[in-house]
Parts: sequence; structure tokens; C-alpha cells
Amino acid sequence: MTPNQRGFYTLLKKEVMRFWAVLGQTVTAPVITALLYLLVFAQAMKGRAEIYPGVSYTEFLVPGLVMMTVIQNAFANTSSSLIQSKVMGNLVFLQMAPLGPWEWFFAYILAALVRTLIVASAMLVVVLPFVHLPIHQPLALIAIFVLTSGSLAVLGLIAGIVAQKFDHIAAFTNFLITPMSFLSGVFYSVHALPPFWYKASHFNPFFYMIDGFRFGFFGVSDVSIWHSLMWTAGFFAVMTAICLWMLITGYKMKK
Amino acid sequence: MTAALTISGVRKTYGKLEALKGVEFQIQRGEFFGLLGPNGAGKSTLINIIAGLVQASAGNISVLGHDTVSDFRTARRLLGIVPQELVFDPFFNVTDMLRIQAGYYGCGEEVWPWIDEMLQRLDLWEKRKVSMRALSGGMKRRVLIAQALVHKPPVVILDEPTAGVDVELRRTLWTFMRDLHSKGTTVVLTTHYLEEAQEMCERIAIIDKGEIKALETTQQLLARHPFRFLRLKLAEGAVLPVELQPLVAANINGSLELKLETSKNSFSSVFALLRRDGVAIEDVQTRDPDLEDIFVELTGRKGEVAA
Repeated sequence: MTPNQRGFYTLLKKEVMRFWAVLGQTVTAPVITALLYLLVFAQAMKGRAEIYPGVSYTEFLVPGLVMMTVIQNAFANTSSSLIQSKVMGNLVFLQMAPLGPWEWFFAYILAALVRTLIVASAMLVVVLPFVHLPIHQPLALIAIFVLTSGSLAVLGLIAGIVAQKFDHIAAFTNFLITPMSFLSGVFYSVHALPPFWYKASHFNPFFYMIDGFRFGFFGVSDVSIWHSLMWTAGFFAVMTAICLWMLITGYKMKK
Repeated sequence: MTAALTISGVRKTYGKLEALKGVEFQIQRGEFFGLLGPNGAGKSTLINIIAGLVQASAGNISVLGHDTVSDFRTARRLLGIVPQELVFDPFFNVTDMLRIQAGYYGCGEEVWPWIDEMLQRLDLWEKRKVSMRALSGGMKRRVLIAQALVHKPPVVILDEPTAGVDVELRRTLWTFMRDLHSKGTTVVLTTHYLEEAQEMCERIAIIDKGEIKALETTQQLLARHPFRFLRLKLAEGAVLPVELQPLVAANINGSLELKLETSKNSFSSVFALLRRDGVAIEDVQTRDPDLEDIFVELTGRKGEVAA
């Protein structure tokens, strides 16, 4: 292993150890929250018409909830890690180390991917005995999962770079991530929306992430899987370009 | 031979404020070097530029010939910096923290024996499995020192390593640093305690208002202003001869400290005047100028050394 590779691997390991040290907060809590949503909505909407032929509301809900949890946790992992290091002052250990922008980028993103993989797997393991979930398109499922987790992890990194205090991260979460994830078709098909909100949903990248993920399970979705893949990949590319520019120039990180 | 640190025309401006005005000097390999200056002199800015935490407005810095910007990976691997602020990562214990820090620098299990040695030498062995958040301030400072040395850098910068620490840690630290220095490590030190710099450093730079005011060996610096001090405690009611009154530099607990230029004012001439006026003396002390006298002479500021 070269020194650069070891530096990258260490940062990745440290980021995984960081969320692992508070597993109750980083994995158990979001899984329980998502399961409560499932319990409440599945009961409340019991008996409603199938959204897709042969797919019950509970089955329809599970992929959306998994993806919403992935979105929120990928963002939280990178943003909270970076802002904590900034506020505590220990970011200097990383800033003074011989690590380049690429090592920072991939280590933070991969650690978020590991966390979201654990969270999503835990959710699926818990619901699978009760909810039938076929896997229609595994490649689409994996691609959408990786691109979504990656995109939100990068957005979290951007938020962490821009933010100077915890309040700034809370603003990102409360005014951007939460509303966009709730209004992305987690709990409903966008075809059920009034025309304005139906159109507006198509400008929300989270909608394509959730719809594409659902396609991976059922083989049916509100929009074409290619459309979802293009939107999700495009969002990832734009976020990555912005984030790398920030890391390379030292934006908000170097005085 | 390539210098340990080469600082060439480094400028840093914050809006209209010029924190560094083209600072230029070299620190040779194997030196124990002191960088002193009053609060706001630009010392921390310079160290932060060397560390890569701040971007210089102009100029460049190299560590053993490796530029800190264009060849930052090599330069940083050659450098260990103890930051001034008491920062720590609350998620890890002491050993994990040191192993993680080593990993950032590309070091693996081969440095674990060195980590164990540092834990013992810095009296951290008993705390090696304790969470960083549970350590006292002094212990956290020890970990910071170990973190800076974990990859065995040939150049070490200690930014106020003894600020707010007890005597025992100071002694431990200086013994450790002397040992590393004797094995060839270049040490750059900033400190609030000028007596430490005087005792430890072979060469000293004094920086003020973003400029280097002096850069000499400690001995040259001390010999720079050839004066000595004579402290007299006069008997009650005794008055200092008129000729000596302009030489009074300080009144310390009732004793008068006279600042004597060696070429003009000899001790014998002072005592001759005291005898002439029949001045009774209770106590006499002499002292040579120390670094603080030189520092005050150069910067015009007292009691606000380093930052």
C-alpha cells in the first residue's frame, strides 16, 4: 500500500469508526423512525387501491422509505462529521496531513455509503418477513442506491464546507433535505398529485431517486428508469464538480 | 545542504491589514530555533501558512527543499506541528487517535512500537485506552505532542507547547525534545516563556508587525545590547545620587534596578558615587541582560510575548 493509499484508507476507516462509535444514533434511530412511518402509514392507508397493478400500498411504501432514510443519512453522515471537526477544531489534524482533495472526497463519500448500506439493509431485514418485495432489476437498484447515497453524501460534504456552525447544517436539513425528501413521492405516486405539484415533482431530483429505486423492486415506476438514472447521475456529477472545486481551492477551509 | 525550512518573501494580507510583510529566512537542519514575537506579530499566521492552514498572499515555503504548496504531500510528511489550540477528537481513545494520525501520514503498524515509546515517555501509558474527551488539559497537550511526532518527522514545529501546562509536563517535554534534537531533528519553537527559548534555542528570530526584527544566535542576540543590571536596596531614608537617577530602569519591591551600559558605567564608578554621598546600602544584586530585555528593546512591548 502506498502512503497516499494508506492515508485514504485511514480516513475512510476513521469515518466509519466515527459513526460506528454512536451506532444507536447513526443506524438504530433512523431505522426505527422509518419503521414507525411504515407502521403508521401502512395502517392508515390499509385497504386503499393498489398504486401499481399487483403492488400493495405497504409494498409500494417500503422502497420509498428506505430511499428517504438513505437520503437523510448520507447527508447527515458527511455534514455532521465535517461540522463537528470544524467546531471542535480537530479538522486541523486532517488539514495538516498529506491528504489531497481526492482522498478527502472518496473517504467521506465511501464512509457515508457504508452507513447507508447498513441502514438500508437493516430496514429491509426487519420488513422482509412481513412485506413481499420482489427484486425485478437488481442492477438498477444498485445503481440508483449508489448514486443517491453518493449524491447526498457529496451534498453533505458541501454543506459541511460552507457551514460555520451547527445551525447552518440544521438549516440545510430542515429547509432543503427534509422537505425535498417528503415531497418526492415516498408516500404516494406523483400521478395522484394536482397538475402543478405533479410538474413541480419532476424538478425534484429526490423524486427520480425514489422512483428509480422502486423500479428496481417492482419493474414499474412513474417515469422511465433511464430518466431516473440520468437525473440521479446528473445530480451526482454536478454535486461532485462543486465539491471538488471547493476542496481543491480550499474554499471556506483555508483562510 | 538544503535548509530544513526556507521561507521566501512570504506575505499575507487580510483586506488592508498586512499580517506578514515579505518574511524571509532559513532554518538549518538540526537547529533548535526560536520564533518569538508579541501578540499579533504574525507568528501564528506564518506557522499556519507552513502547516497549510492558511494560503500565503505571496512568497513560498519549503521543507527540506519541498514546496509546501506544489509538493505539499512530501513537505507535510517531513513536518510535524503541535498546534497552539488544545484540540482533540472526542470519538477516539488515545492509542486509536495516534494510530489514525500515523495512518494519515502513510505509516502503519511499523510505527506502533514508536507510538508505545512516546506514550511511555510522555507519561500517557496509563491513559492509552482512555477516551480523548476524558483527559485533562495537560494530558490532551501531551497527546497533541505525540500526534505531531507520530510519523517521525525530521522537522518539528512546537507552537506554544507549554502554554498553561504544569512544571512536570514542561520538564518531560523538554527532555524529550532535547533527545530528539540530539538525534538530528530540527526543532522550531514559539513560547510565552522567554527563559525557555533562551535555554533551549541555538538561534532566535524576533518577529513584530509582520517583519523579522532580529535573527541571530542566542548568544549574539544577548550580546547585542551590552548592558548589565545592578539592583540596589538602599537603607531607609537614603537617596540615590543625582548622577545615577537617570539609570534607574525599574523599582522592584523597593529595590532600584540600574541599567548600566558596560562601556560607560562601570560598577566601580557607581559605588564611588554612592560612597561620595554616604548612601547606606542594605543589599546588592547584579544580573546580565536576558532575552526579555532584548525582546522589549526590539519590540517596545513587555509582557505580551508570543501568541
